[in-house]
Amino acid sequence: MADPIITASGLTKSFGATAALRGIDLEVARGEVVAVMGPSGSGKSTLIHCLAGVLAPDTGSVAVDGTELTALSADARARFRLERIGFVFQFGQLLPDLTAVENVALPLLMAGARRRDANERSLQWLDRLDLADQAGKSPGDMSGGQAQRVAIARALAPQPSVVFADEPTGSLDSVAAENVLTAMLDVVRESGTTVVLITHDARTAAHADREVIVRDGLLSGTAPVGAR
Amino acid sequence: MDRSLALLGLMSTGPTHGYDLKNRYDAIFGAARAIAYGQIYSTLARMIRDGLIEQVGQEPGAGPDRKRYAVTSAGRDHLAAWLREADTPSPDLQTNLFAKTVLALLLDDDADALLDLQRRAHLARMRELTHAKAGAALLDRLAIDYALFQIEADLRWIDLTSARLTDIDEEVRHHG
Repeated sequence: MADPIITASGLTKSFGATAALRGIDLEVARGEVVAVMGPSGSGKSTLIHCLAGVLAPDTGSVAVDGTELTALSADARARFRLERIGFVFQFGQLLPDLTAVENVALPLLMAGARRRDANERSLQWLDRLDLADQAGKSPGDMSGGQAQRVAIARALAPQPSVVFADEPTGSLDSVAAENVLTAMLDVVRESGTTVVLITHDARTAAHADREVIVRDGLLSGTAPVGAR
Repeated sequence: MDRSLALLGLMSTGPTHGYDLKNRYDAIFGAARAIAYGQIYSTLARMIRDGLIEQVGQEPGAGPDRKRYAVTSAGRDHLAAWLREADTPSPDLQTNLFAKTVLALLLDDDADALLDLQRRAHLARMRELTHAKAGAALLDRLAIDYALFQIEADLRWIDLTSARLTDIDEEVRHHG
């Protein structure tokens, strides 16, 4: 691959006697949208957590945008995630007592931005996701689709190298899901952001540039590390 | 489903005669419609002509002697090519894929791999349709959505079958 932003090699990870990952090699190109699919318990969440530096693999290496995550301490990985990785989850990630603009500004403030700059950038991102009129509302006063677009704005505002989206439309009905997904992908494609999209839903995966399928801790069609 | 390929697949498990072949076909693939003896024998004749099977013996039966047939190496190649080829999404796909899955299990081939191949072909088609939907007029979008839901139903069947392969293997061997 010419310009990979993620390079994972020989990843294994076990929890007790359970081998969640058994030897995964994966490259993701800069600006690519990749869907990670697989049945429940296949290891896709563990894979994503290793790629994002949330978990350290038992063996193997992960490099994101030139930084070898597996060589960093837990604290350094946390700092890297704050500055370079965006996350969108299925639900529940917005702070209910903050307004939309305050939610979006939060990671910018944590990364050291001044409050005025953070607010201004947050409003711009809300506007890009057609949420300018929702900026002063709290998540409880919005629809599920609007709240999810706020979560997307929050993930994108720090301009991360990679966004990991874990079933980002899983809690929405099919019309709202399609609207949210389209809004997210329009913005990430325009900004050249790389997205790793975890989903079990084929209609969601069809929006990606390609899919990889995880089964029994391996990418479909590959052999475990010990059998190579 | 191409019945001649299903018959060729069943014959690949070992030499057989027309009567036995009909019983095995009906047990596995005949739930919706049993196959007629006439179609069995015309298919056998066509496969001999095409070099896919050959007569390997003759044994006494209740009536006239029964001819035993075996698959030739050309027949095995023909079957393997079919098993390893992803089908175009269509209303007939399920029965075709069902036949391929069952035959792959009977022949100790990698049924999971062929389901995966089909899954990828479906996802690729869904990606094309999703791409075509962006910017399309509402009525065109509706038509594309219909096609997407059809393919999605196939994919659910593929996922379910993939998850149940061990049980299906036992069931198929019981009938096969």
